[in-house]
Amino acid sequence: VTVVLDEQERSWLAGVHGAAMQLAMRLVAAAAEATGATSFVPIEMAHINSCHYSGRLSLDFAEFLLAEGATLAVPTHTNASLISCSSPDLRPESEKPEAVAGALRVMQIYEELGCSSMWTCAPYQQPEGRPTFGQQIVGSESNAVGFFNSVLGARTNKYGDLLDISAAMVGRVPLTGLHTDEGRRATHLFDLQRLSDGALTDPNLPHLLGTVIGREVSSGVAVIVGLESLTEDELKAIAAGAAASGGVDMFHVVGVTPEASTLDAATQGEACGHTTIVNDASLNVATSILNSANGDERLRAVCLGTPHFSIDEFLQTVAFLDGRRVDDRITMLITTSRSVAIELDLRGLSDVLADAGVSVVLDTCTYYPPRPTGIDGLTMTNSAKWAYYAQGMLDVPVAFDDLEKCVESAVQGRRVR
Amino acid sequence: MKPELEGTWLVPGEIDGEIVCLDEPLSFWGGFDPITGRIIDRSHPQHGLCLAGLTVGMSGSKGSSGTPGVLGESIRRGTGPRAIVVTKADINLVAGSLTAEALYGRRCPILLISQNCFDDLKEQTHET
Repeated sequence: VTVVLDEQERSWLAGVHGAAMQLAMRLVAAAAEATGATSFVPIEMAHINSCHYSGRLSLDFAEFLLAEGATLAVPTHTNASLISCSSPDLRPESEKPEAVAGALRVMQIYEELGCSSMWTCAPYQQPEGRPTFGQQIVGSESNAVGFFNSVLGARTNKYGDLLDISAAMVGRVPLTGLHTDEGRRATHLFDLQRLSDGALTDPNLPHLLGTVIGREVSSGVAVIVGLESLTEDELKAIAAGAAASGGVDMFHVVGVTPEASTLDAATQGEACGHTTIVNDASLNVATSILNSANGDERLRAVCLGTPHFSIDEFLQTVAFLDGRRVDDRITMLITTSRSVAIELDLRGLSDVLADAGVSVVLDTCTYYPPRPTGIDGLTMTNSAKWAYYAQGMLDVPVAFDDLEKCVESAVQGRRVR
Repeated sequence: MKPELEGTWLVPGEIDGEIVCLDEPLSFWGGFDPITGRIIDRSHPQHGLCLAGLTVGMSGSKGSSGTPGVLGESIRRGTGPRAIVVTKADINLVAGSLTAEALYGRRCPILLISQNCFDDLKEQTHET
Protein backbone atom coordinates (compact mmCIF):
# COMPACT_ATOMS: atom_id res chain seq x y z
CA VAL A 1 0.00 0.00 0.00
CA THR A 2 1.35 3.41 -0.97
CA VAL A 3 -0.58 5.23 1.77
CA VAL A 4 0.19 4.81 5.44
CA LEU A 5 -3.18 4.18 7.06
CA ASP A 6 -4.11 5.73 10.38
CA GLU A 7 -5.78 3.82 13.20
CA GLN A 8 -9.29 4.75 12.09
CA GLU A 9 -8.65 3.66 8.51
CA ARG A 10 -7.11 0.39 9.67
CA SER A 11 -10.08 -0.39 11.90
CA TRP A 12 -12.51 0.27 9.02
CA LEU A 13 -10.48 -2.05 6.81
CA ALA A 14 -10.40 -4.69 9.51
CA GLY A 15 -14.18 -4.69 9.65
CA VAL A 16 -14.43 -3.42 13.24
CA HIS A 17 -17.20 -1.00 12.20
CA GLY A 18 -19.10 -3.44 10.02
CA ALA A 19 -18.93 -4.81 6.50
CA ALA A 20 -20.23 -1.63 4.84
CA MET A 21 -17.52 0.62 6.29
CA GLN A 22 -15.01 -2.10 5.48
CA LEU A 23 -15.97 -2.24 1.80
CA ALA A 24 -16.06 1.57 1.60
CA MET A 25 -12.54 1.84 2.99
CA ARG A 26 -11.39 -0.94 0.66
CA LEU A 27 -12.65 0.92 -2.40
CA VAL A 28 -11.08 4.22 -1.28
CA ALA A 29 -7.79 2.50 -0.37
CA ALA A 30 -7.77 0.65 -3.71
CA ALA A 31 -8.24 4.00 -5.47
CA ALA A 32 -5.25 5.38 -3.58
CA GLU A 33 -3.16 2.37 -4.46
CA ALA A 34 -4.15 2.43 -8.15
CA THR A 35 -3.28 6.10 -8.53
CA GLY A 36 -0.13 5.94 -6.42
CA ALA A 37 -1.42 8.60 -4.02
CA THR A 38 0.62 8.84 -0.83
CA SER A 39 -2.00 10.44 1.40
CA PHE A 40 -5.71 11.09 1.80
CA VAL A 41 -7.40 14.48 1.92
CA PRO A 42 -10.54 15.13 4.02
CA ILE A 43 -13.64 16.13 2.05
CA GLU A 44 -16.39 18.58 3.02
CA MET A 45 -19.35 17.42 0.93
CA ALA A 46 -20.37 14.79 -1.60
CA HIS A 47 -22.79 14.63 -4.54
CA ILE A 48 -23.37 10.98 -5.29
CA ASN A 49 -24.58 8.92 -8.22
CA SER A 50 -24.83 5.60 -6.36
CA CYS A 51 -28.49 6.50 -5.77
CA HIS A 52 -29.13 6.14 -9.52
CA TYR A 53 -30.40 2.62 -10.21
CA SER A 54 -28.54 1.04 -13.11
CA GLY A 55 -29.26 -2.62 -12.45
CA ARG A 56 -29.66 -5.16 -9.67
CA LEU A 57 -26.20 -4.37 -8.35
CA SER A 58 -27.30 -0.80 -7.47
CA LEU A 59 -30.06 -2.21 -5.29
CA ASP A 60 -27.99 -5.02 -3.77
CA PHE A 61 -25.22 -2.56 -2.92
CA ALA A 62 -27.65 -0.10 -1.30
CA GLU A 63 -29.34 -2.86 0.73
CA PHE A 64 -25.88 -4.04 1.78
CA LEU A 65 -24.93 -0.55 3.01
CA LEU A 66 -28.17 -0.24 4.98
CA ALA A 67 -28.00 -3.71 6.51
CA GLU A 68 -24.34 -3.43 7.43
CA GLY A 69 -24.60 -0.10 9.24
CA ALA A 70 -23.14 2.44 6.81
CA THR A 71 -22.78 5.98 8.18
CA LEU A 72 -21.98 9.23 6.35
CA ALA A 73 -19.08 11.49 7.32
CA VAL A 74 -20.10 14.58 5.29
CA PRO A 75 -23.25 16.25 3.88
CA THR A 76 -24.19 14.07 0.93
CA HIS A 77 -26.55 15.09 -1.88
CA THR A 78 -28.29 12.86 -4.38
CA ASN A 79 -27.91 12.93 -8.17
CA ALA A 80 -30.89 12.44 -10.50
CA SER A 81 -32.74 9.14 -10.18
CA LEU A 82 -33.99 6.74 -12.80
CA ILE A 83 -37.54 7.68 -11.88
CA SER A 84 -39.49 10.82 -11.05
CA CYS A 85 -41.50 10.87 -7.82
CA SER A 86 -43.61 13.74 -9.20
CA SER A 87 -44.28 12.12 -12.61
CA PRO A 88 -44.64 8.36 -11.98
CA ASP A 89 -46.20 7.92 -15.44
CA LEU A 90 -42.99 9.05 -17.15
CA ARG A 91 -41.49 5.60 -16.64
CA PRO A 92 -44.45 3.42 -15.62
CA GLU A 93 -43.73 0.45 -13.41
CA SER A 94 -45.70 -1.78 -15.79
CA GLU A 95 -43.05 -1.24 -18.49
CA LYS A 96 -39.97 -2.28 -16.51
CA PRO A 97 -41.20 -3.49 -13.12
CA GLU A 98 -37.83 -4.55 -11.73
CA ALA A 99 -36.02 -1.34 -12.67
CA VAL A 100 -38.77 1.04 -11.56
CA ALA A 101 -39.42 -0.71 -8.24
CA GLY A 102 -35.66 -1.07 -7.74
CA ALA A 103 -35.08 2.61 -8.43
CA LEU A 104 -37.74 3.65 -5.91
CA ARG A 105 -36.29 1.38 -3.23
CA VAL A 106 -32.77 2.69 -3.93
CA MET A 107 -34.04 6.27 -3.47
CA GLN A 108 -35.59 5.32 -0.12
CA ILE A 109 -32.40 3.64 1.07
CA TYR A 110 -30.14 6.62 0.35
CA GLU A 111 -32.62 8.86 2.16
CA GLU A 112 -32.53 6.45 5.10
CA LEU A 113 -28.75 6.56 5.06
CA GLY A 114 -29.00 10.31 5.63
CA CYS A 115 -28.45 11.79 2.17
CA SER A 116 -30.21 15.06 1.38
CA SER A 117 -32.87 14.46 -1.26
CA MET A 118 -31.84 16.80 -4.03
CA TRP A 119 -32.24 14.32 -6.90
CA THR A 120 -30.54 16.67 -9.30
CA CYS A 121 -27.58 16.60 -11.67
CA ALA A 122 -27.16 20.36 -11.14
CA PRO A 123 -26.72 20.62 -7.34
CA TYR A 124 -24.67 23.79 -7.83
CA GLN A 125 -27.91 25.65 -8.64
CA GLN A 126 -28.85 25.62 -4.94
CA PRO A 127 -26.84 26.90 -1.94
CA GLU A 128 -26.50 23.56 -0.10
CA GLY A 129 -25.08 21.85 -3.16
CA ARG A 130 -22.74 24.64 -4.19
CA PRO A 131 -19.23 24.21 -2.80
CA THR A 132 -16.97 27.23 -2.39
CA PHE A 133 -13.61 28.01 -3.97
CA GLY A 134 -10.85 25.64 -2.91
CA GLN A 135 -13.10 23.18 -1.03
CA GLN A 136 -12.12 19.51 -1.32
CA ILE A 137 -15.26 17.55 -2.21
CA VAL A 138 -16.54 14.41 -3.92
CA GLY A 139 -18.36 14.89 -7.20
CA SER A 140 -19.73 12.11 -9.32
CA GLU A 141 -22.18 13.20 -12.01
CA SER A 142 -19.94 14.17 -14.89
CA ASN A 143 -21.32 17.64 -15.68
CA ALA A 144 -21.36 18.52 -11.98
CA VAL A 145 -17.72 17.44 -11.61
CA GLY A 146 -16.83 19.74 -14.51
CA PHE A 147 -18.85 22.59 -13.05
CA PHE A 148 -17.53 22.19 -9.48
CA ASN A 149 -13.92 22.22 -10.66
CA SER A 150 -14.08 24.68 -13.51
CA VAL A 151 -16.67 27.26 -12.52
CA LEU A 152 -16.58 27.16 -8.71
CA GLY A 153 -12.95 26.22 -8.14
CA ALA A 154 -13.90 23.37 -5.79
CA ARG A 155 -11.71 20.28 -6.10
CA THR A 156 -12.83 16.82 -7.11
CA ASN A 157 -11.94 13.98 -9.39
CA LYS A 158 -14.79 12.10 -11.03
CA TYR A 159 -15.85 9.41 -8.59
CA GLY A 160 -18.18 6.89 -10.10
CA ASP A 161 -21.06 5.29 -8.26
CA LEU A 162 -20.10 2.85 -5.47
CA LEU A 163 -16.86 4.79 -4.96
CA ASP A 164 -18.62 8.14 -4.39
CA ILE A 165 -20.76 6.96 -1.47
CA SER A 166 -17.76 5.06 -0.11
CA ALA A 167 -15.76 8.29 0.00
CA ALA A 168 -18.71 10.08 1.66
CA MET A 169 -18.79 7.32 4.30
CA VAL A 170 -15.10 7.54 5.20
CA GLY A 171 -14.90 11.29 4.56
CA ARG A 172 -11.70 11.21 2.56
CA VAL A 173 -10.24 10.57 -0.88
CA PRO A 174 -6.73 9.96 -2.22
CA LEU A 175 -4.86 13.25 -2.64
CA THR A 176 -4.26 13.12 -6.36
CA GLY A 177 -5.38 14.58 -9.69
CA LEU A 178 -7.73 17.54 -9.49
CA HIS A 179 -7.43 17.65 -5.69
CA THR A 180 -3.87 18.96 -6.13
CA ASP A 181 -2.58 22.25 -7.60
CA GLU A 182 -0.50 20.53 -10.28
CA GLY A 183 -3.42 18.33 -11.36
CA ARG A 184 -5.36 21.46 -12.31
CA ARG A 185 -2.79 22.76 -14.77
CA ALA A 186 -4.20 23.24 -18.27
CA THR A 187 -2.77 20.74 -20.76
CA HIS A 188 -4.97 21.23 -23.84
CA LEU A 189 -5.45 24.67 -25.37
CA PHE A 190 -8.56 25.48 -27.42
CA ASP A 191 -8.17 28.67 -29.41
CA LEU A 192 -11.45 30.23 -30.57
CA GLN A 193 -9.97 33.43 -31.92
CA ARG A 194 -10.48 32.37 -35.53
CA LEU A 195 -14.20 31.66 -35.18
CA SER A 196 -16.53 33.73 -37.32
CA ASP A 197 -18.80 36.27 -35.60
CA GLY A 198 -21.76 34.10 -36.52
CA ALA A 199 -20.31 31.10 -34.74
CA LEU A 200 -19.29 33.15 -31.71
CA THR A 201 -22.83 34.43 -31.18
CA ASP A 202 -24.54 31.12 -31.97
CA PRO A 203 -26.43 30.02 -28.84
CA ASN A 204 -25.35 26.45 -29.63
CA LEU A 205 -21.68 27.36 -29.26
CA PRO A 206 -21.19 26.20 -25.63
CA HIS A 207 -22.74 22.79 -26.38
CA LEU A 208 -20.76 22.35 -29.59
CA LEU A 209 -17.55 23.54 -27.96
CA GLY A 210 -18.06 21.05 -25.13
CA THR A 211 -18.42 18.29 -27.73
CA VAL A 212 -15.29 19.44 -29.59
CA ILE A 213 -13.28 19.50 -26.34
CA GLY A 214 -14.56 16.11 -25.21
CA ARG A 215 -13.63 14.50 -28.53
CA GLU A 216 -10.13 15.94 -28.32
CA VAL A 217 -9.19 15.47 -24.66
CA SER A 218 -9.18 11.89 -23.42
CA SER A 219 -7.60 12.97 -20.18
CA GLY A 220 -6.26 16.32 -19.17
CA VAL A 221 -7.42 19.83 -18.38
CA ALA A 222 -8.68 22.11 -21.15
CA VAL A 223 -8.19 25.85 -21.42
CA ILE A 224 -10.32 27.96 -23.74
CA VAL A 225 -9.09 31.22 -25.21
CA GLY A 226 -11.31 33.62 -27.08
CA LEU A 227 -14.55 33.73 -25.07
CA GLU A 228 -14.99 36.86 -23.02
CA SER A 229 -18.14 36.34 -21.05
CA LEU A 230 -20.26 33.29 -20.37
CA THR A 231 -23.34 32.76 -18.23
CA GLU A 232 -23.48 29.96 -15.70
CA ASP A 233 -25.87 28.11 -18.00
CA GLU A 234 -23.38 28.35 -20.86
CA LEU A 235 -20.58 27.07 -18.61
CA LYS A 236 -22.90 24.25 -17.56
CA ALA A 237 -23.39 23.37 -21.23
CA ILE A 238 -19.64 23.23 -21.88
CA ALA A 239 -19.15 21.04 -18.81
CA ALA A 240 -21.93 18.66 -19.83
CA GLY A 241 -20.93 18.43 -23.48
CA ALA A 242 -17.25 17.86 -22.73
CA ALA A 243 -17.96 15.25 -20.07
CA ALA A 244 -20.45 13.31 -22.21
CA SER A 245 -18.26 13.03 -25.29
CA GLY A 246 -14.95 12.73 -23.46
CA GLY A 247 -13.27 12.48 -20.12
CA VAL A 248 -13.03 16.16 -19.32
CA ASP A 249 -13.40 16.86 -15.61
CA MET A 250 -12.08 20.41 -15.72
CA PHE A 251 -11.70 23.28 -18.16
CA HIS A 252 -10.49 26.82 -17.76
CA VAL A 253 -11.84 29.78 -19.71
CA VAL A 254 -9.28 32.57 -19.75
CA GLY A 255 -10.77 35.71 -18.22
CA VAL A 256 -13.91 33.87 -17.05
CA THR A 257 -13.22 30.94 -14.68
CA PRO A 258 -11.59 31.53 -11.28
CA GLU A 259 -8.24 29.82 -11.84
CA ALA A 260 -7.64 31.38 -15.26
CA SER A 261 -7.29 35.13 -14.86
CA THR A 262 -4.66 34.76 -17.59
CA LEU A 263 -3.55 31.92 -19.87
CA ASP A 264 -0.35 31.78 -17.86
CA ALA A 265 -2.31 31.26 -14.64
CA ALA A 266 -4.24 28.36 -16.20
CA THR A 267 -1.10 26.67 -17.51
CA GLN A 268 0.84 27.50 -14.32
CA GLY A 269 3.50 29.08 -16.47
CA GLU A 270 4.14 25.98 -18.53
CA ALA A 271 3.46 25.35 -22.19
CA CYS A 272 0.31 23.45 -23.24
CA GLY A 273 1.22 20.17 -24.88
CA HIS A 274 -1.72 20.30 -27.29
CA THR A 275 -3.30 23.16 -29.18
CA THR A 276 -6.55 22.93 -31.12
CA ILE A 277 -7.69 25.75 -33.37
CA VAL A 278 -11.47 25.71 -33.16
CA ASN A 279 -12.97 26.95 -36.41
CA ASP A 280 -16.41 26.85 -37.98
CA ALA A 281 -15.58 23.48 -39.54
CA SER A 282 -14.85 21.87 -36.17
CA LEU A 283 -18.21 23.10 -34.87
CA ASN A 284 -19.92 21.66 -37.94
CA VAL A 285 -18.42 18.27 -37.16
CA ALA A 286 -19.80 18.51 -33.62
CA THR A 287 -23.21 19.49 -35.02
CA SER A 288 -23.28 16.39 -37.21
CA ILE A 289 -22.36 14.16 -34.26
CA LEU A 290 -25.31 15.55 -32.31
CA ASN A 291 -27.83 15.11 -35.13
CA SER A 292 -29.03 11.71 -36.24
CA ALA A 293 -32.29 12.75 -37.91
CA ASN A 294 -32.43 12.22 -41.67
CA GLY A 295 -34.83 15.10 -42.19
CA ASP A 296 -37.98 13.16 -43.11
CA GLU A 297 -39.14 12.13 -39.66
CA ARG A 298 -42.10 13.84 -38.07
CA LEU A 299 -41.24 15.61 -34.81
CA ARG A 300 -42.66 13.77 -31.80
CA ALA A 301 -40.99 15.24 -28.72
CA VAL A 302 -38.87 18.09 -27.38
CA CYS A 303 -36.65 17.37 -24.37
CA LEU A 304 -34.92 20.11 -22.43
CA GLY A 305 -33.18 20.31 -19.07
CA THR A 306 -30.04 18.20 -19.44
CA PRO A 307 -28.41 19.14 -17.10
CA HIS A 308 -31.40 20.27 -15.04
CA PHE A 309 -32.86 23.60 -16.17
CA SER A 310 -32.06 26.72 -14.18
CA ILE A 311 -34.66 29.36 -13.39
CA ASP A 312 -33.10 31.59 -16.09
CA GLU A 313 -33.56 28.89 -18.72
CA PHE A 314 -37.22 28.56 -17.72
CA LEU A 315 -37.65 32.32 -18.03
CA GLN A 316 -36.18 32.22 -21.55
CA THR A 317 -38.47 29.33 -22.45
CA VAL A 318 -41.55 31.20 -21.26
CA ALA A 319 -40.42 34.24 -23.26
CA PHE A 320 -40.00 32.14 -26.42
CA LEU A 321 -43.40 30.52 -25.88
CA ASP A 322 -44.83 34.04 -25.76
CA GLY A 323 -48.25 32.89 -24.60
CA ARG A 324 -48.60 30.16 -27.23
CA ARG A 325 -49.29 26.46 -26.66
CA VAL A 326 -47.24 23.44 -27.59
CA ASP A 327 -48.78 21.57 -30.53
CA ASP A 328 -51.05 18.73 -29.32
CA ARG A 329 -49.01 16.13 -31.21
CA ILE A 330 -45.76 17.06 -29.43
CA THR A 331 -44.61 15.87 -26.02
CA MET A 332 -42.52 18.60 -24.44
CA LEU A 333 -40.59 17.65 -21.32
CA ILE A 334 -38.31 19.86 -19.21
CA THR A 335 -36.35 18.24 -16.40
CA THR A 336 -35.27 20.18 -13.33
CA SER A 337 -34.70 19.94 -9.58
CA ARG A 338 -37.24 20.15 -6.75
CA SER A 339 -35.57 23.36 -5.66
CA VAL A 340 -36.01 25.12 -9.02
CA ALA A 341 -39.58 23.77 -9.20
CA ILE A 342 -40.38 25.55 -5.92
CA GLU A 343 -39.09 28.76 -7.43
CA LEU A 344 -41.27 28.19 -10.51
CA ASP A 345 -44.27 27.87 -8.20
CA LEU A 346 -43.39 31.03 -6.31
CA ARG A 347 -43.10 32.99 -9.54
CA GLY A 348 -46.37 31.59 -10.86
CA LEU A 349 -44.57 29.94 -13.76
CA SER A 350 -45.62 26.35 -13.04
CA ASP A 351 -49.15 27.18 -14.13
CA VAL A 352 -47.94 29.14 -17.15
CA LEU A 353 -45.91 26.16 -18.34
CA ALA A 354 -48.70 23.67 -17.61
CA ASP A 355 -51.19 25.82 -19.54
CA ALA A 356 -48.76 25.93 -22.45
CA GLY A 357 -48.65 22.14 -22.54
CA VAL A 358 -45.12 21.83 -21.15
CA SER A 359 -44.45 19.04 -18.64
CA VAL A 360 -41.96 19.91 -15.93
CA VAL A 361 -40.39 16.69 -14.68
CA LEU A 362 -38.46 16.44 -11.40
CA ASP A 363 -35.86 14.07 -9.95
CA THR A 364 -34.75 12.42 -13.19
CA CYS A 365 -33.66 12.97 -16.76
CA THR A 366 -35.24 11.92 -20.05
CA TYR A 367 -32.32 10.60 -22.10
CA TYR A 368 -31.95 7.20 -20.49
CA PRO A 369 -34.07 4.06 -20.66
CA PRO A 370 -36.67 2.89 -19.95
CA ARG A 371 -37.81 5.29 -22.67
CA PRO A 372 -40.02 8.01 -21.18
CA THR A 373 -43.66 8.12 -22.21
CA GLY A 374 -44.10 10.27 -25.32
CA ILE A 375 -40.57 9.90 -26.70
CA ASP A 376 -41.33 7.58 -29.58
CA GLY A 377 -39.78 9.23 -32.60
CA LEU A 378 -37.81 12.27 -33.71
CA THR A 379 -36.89 14.22 -30.61
CA MET A 380 -35.42 17.68 -30.49
CA THR A 381 -33.14 18.98 -27.76
CA ASN A 382 -30.88 21.93 -27.08
CA SER A 383 -28.52 19.77 -25.03
CA ALA A 384 -25.34 18.22 -26.42
CA LYS A 385 -25.40 15.73 -23.58
CA TRP A 386 -28.98 14.65 -24.29
CA ALA A 387 -28.25 14.36 -28.01
CA TYR A 388 -25.04 12.43 -27.44
CA TYR A 389 -26.50 9.81 -25.14
CA ALA A 390 -30.09 9.46 -26.37
CA GLN A 391 -29.04 8.37 -29.86
CA GLY A 392 -27.70 5.14 -28.37
CA MET A 393 -29.79 4.80 -25.24
CA LEU A 394 -33.31 5.59 -26.48
CA ASP A 395 -32.86 4.56 -30.08
CA VAL A 396 -34.73 7.56 -31.50
CA PRO A 397 -33.52 10.03 -34.13
CA VAL A 398 -32.30 13.23 -32.51
CA ALA A 399 -32.27 16.80 -33.78
CA PHE A 400 -30.06 19.25 -31.92
CA ASP A 401 -30.67 23.00 -32.01
CA ASP A 402 -30.91 26.02 -29.73
CA LEU A 403 -33.63 26.73 -27.18
CA GLU A 404 -35.53 29.18 -29.35
CA LYS A 405 -35.77 26.68 -32.24
CA CYS A 406 -36.75 23.89 -29.86
CA VAL A 407 -39.60 25.96 -28.45
CA GLU A 408 -40.68 27.17 -31.89
CA SER A 409 -40.68 23.60 -33.19
CA ALA A 410 -42.77 22.42 -30.24
CA VAL A 411 -45.32 25.16 -30.91
CA GLN A 412 -45.48 24.57 -34.66
CA GLY A 413 -45.47 20.79 -34.34
CA ARG A 414 -42.64 20.36 -36.83
CA ARG A 415 -38.92 20.83 -36.82
CA VAL A 416 -38.16 24.49 -37.44
CA ARG A 417 -34.64 25.23 -38.67
CA MET B 1 -1.62 -16.73 -28.95
CA LYS B 2 -1.24 -15.24 -25.55
CA PRO B 3 0.88 -12.11 -25.32
CA GLU B 4 3.15 -11.68 -22.33
CA LEU B 5 1.85 -8.80 -20.29
CA GLU B 6 3.77 -6.96 -17.64
CA GLY B 7 2.15 -4.42 -15.43
CA THR B 8 0.68 -3.62 -12.05
CA TRP B 9 -2.40 -5.41 -10.79
CA LEU B 10 -5.16 -2.99 -9.77
CA VAL B 11 -7.38 -6.00 -9.07
CA PRO B 12 -5.19 -9.13 -8.93
CA GLY B 13 -5.98 -12.23 -10.97
CA GLU B 14 -5.07 -13.80 -14.26
CA ILE B 15 -5.27 -12.60 -17.82
CA ASP B 16 -6.38 -15.35 -20.16
CA GLY B 17 -8.77 -16.06 -22.97
CA GLU B 18 -9.36 -14.00 -26.06
CA ILE B 19 -8.13 -10.39 -25.92
CA VAL B 20 -9.79 -7.50 -27.73
CA CYS B 21 -8.39 -3.96 -27.70
CA LEU B 22 -10.67 -0.93 -27.89
CA ASP B 23 -9.56 2.02 -29.99
CA GLU B 24 -11.18 4.58 -27.69
CA PRO B 25 -12.15 4.80 -24.02
CA LEU B 26 -15.66 3.62 -23.13
CA SER B 27 -18.36 4.91 -20.81
CA PHE B 28 -19.90 1.72 -19.43
CA TRP B 29 -23.03 3.56 -18.30
CA GLY B 30 -24.76 4.74 -21.47
CA GLY B 31 -22.14 3.28 -23.77
CA PHE B 32 -22.48 -0.39 -22.89
CA ASP B 33 -25.53 -2.56 -22.30
CA PRO B 34 -25.06 -4.90 -19.31
CA ILE B 35 -27.95 -7.08 -20.48
CA THR B 36 -26.46 -7.94 -23.87
CA GLY B 37 -22.80 -7.17 -23.13
CA ARG B 38 -22.57 -4.99 -26.24
CA ILE B 39 -21.10 -1.51 -26.82
CA ILE B 40 -24.05 0.78 -27.65
CA ASP B 41 -22.21 4.12 -27.96
CA ARG B 42 -22.88 4.88 -31.62
CA SER B 43 -19.78 7.04 -31.94
CA HIS B 44 -17.46 4.35 -30.52
CA PRO B 45 -15.29 2.62 -33.16
CA GLN B 46 -16.25 -0.78 -31.72
CA HIS B 47 -19.99 -0.02 -31.58
CA GLY B 48 -21.89 -3.32 -31.51
CA LEU B 49 -19.00 -5.42 -30.18
CA CYS B 50 -19.93 -7.91 -27.44
CA LEU B 51 -17.44 -7.85 -24.55
CA ALA B 52 -18.84 -10.84 -22.65
CA GLY B 53 -16.12 -13.23 -21.57
CA LEU B 54 -13.32 -11.34 -23.31
CA THR B 55 -10.23 -9.75 -21.86
CA VAL B 56 -10.72 -6.12 -22.83
CA GLY B 57 -7.75 -3.85 -23.44
CA MET B 58 -8.57 -0.15 -23.25
CA SER B 59 -7.03 3.13 -22.14
CA GLY B 60 -9.77 3.46 -19.52
CA SER B 61 -13.37 4.49 -18.98
CA LYS B 62 -14.80 7.90 -19.79
CA GLY B 63 -17.93 9.98 -19.60
CA SER B 64 -20.63 9.08 -17.13
CA SER B 65 -20.06 8.38 -13.47
CA GLY B 66 -22.26 5.30 -13.74
CA THR B 67 -19.37 3.18 -14.97
CA PRO B 68 -18.63 1.22 -11.75
CA GLY B 69 -22.23 0.12 -11.26
CA VAL B 70 -22.72 -0.97 -14.87
CA LEU B 71 -19.38 -2.78 -15.02
CA GLY B 72 -20.26 -4.48 -11.72
CA GLU B 73 -23.74 -5.38 -12.98
CA SER B 74 -22.26 -6.94 -16.12
CA ILE B 75 -19.82 -8.96 -13.99
CA ARG B 76 -22.79 -10.15 -11.90
CA ARG B 77 -24.70 -11.17 -15.03
CA GLY B 78 -21.70 -12.71 -16.75
CA THR B 79 -22.09 -10.33 -19.70
CA GLY B 80 -19.04 -8.28 -18.78
CA PRO B 81 -15.34 -8.59 -19.53
CA ARG B 82 -13.47 -11.59 -18.14
CA ALA B 83 -10.56 -9.26 -17.33
CA ILE B 84 -9.54 -5.70 -18.19
CA VAL B 85 -6.17 -4.30 -19.23
CA VAL B 86 -5.84 -0.52 -18.94
CA THR B 87 -3.20 2.13 -19.53
CA LYS B 88 -4.70 4.55 -17.01
CA ALA B 89 -5.13 3.87 -13.31
CA ASP B 90 -8.92 3.83 -13.60
CA ILE B 91 -10.35 3.97 -10.07
CA ASN B 92 -13.93 3.58 -11.32
CA LEU B 93 -13.29 0.27 -13.08
CA VAL B 94 -11.52 -0.89 -9.92
CA ALA B 95 -14.53 0.10 -7.77
CA GLY B 96 -16.93 -1.83 -10.03
CA SER B 97 -14.79 -4.93 -10.02
CA LEU B 98 -14.15 -4.95 -6.25
CA THR B 99 -17.83 -4.40 -5.45
CA ALA B 100 -18.95 -7.25 -7.72
CA GLU B 101 -16.49 -9.46 -5.92
CA ALA B 102 -17.63 -8.34 -2.46
CA LEU B 103 -21.33 -8.81 -3.26
CA TYR B 104 -21.29 -11.82 -5.58
CA GLY B 105 -17.84 -13.40 -5.31
CA ARG B 106 -17.16 -12.81 -9.02
CA ARG B 107 -13.79 -11.38 -9.88
CA CYS B 108 -12.81 -9.37 -12.93
CA PRO B 109 -9.04 -8.79 -12.69
CA ILE B 110 -7.65 -5.43 -13.83
CA LEU B 111 -4.07 -4.97 -14.98
CA LEU B 112 -2.39 -1.60 -15.51
CA ILE B 113 0.17 -1.64 -18.33
CA SER B 114 2.31 0.95 -20.10
CA GLN B 115 1.21 2.61 -23.34
CA ASN B 116 4.05 0.85 -25.19
CA CYS B 117 2.93 -2.50 -23.89
CA PHE B 118 -0.65 -1.66 -24.91
CA ASP B 119 0.46 -0.70 -28.43
CA ASP B 120 2.26 -4.06 -28.74
CA LEU B 121 -0.79 -5.86 -27.43
CA LYS B 122 -2.99 -4.09 -29.94
CA GLU B 123 -0.71 -5.10 -32.78
CA GLN B 124 -0.57 -8.72 -31.66
CA THR B 125 -4.30 -9.08 -31.10
CA HIS B 126 -4.93 -7.44 -34.44
CA GLU B 127 -2.87 -10.12 -36.22
CA THR B 128 -4.60 -13.05 -34.58
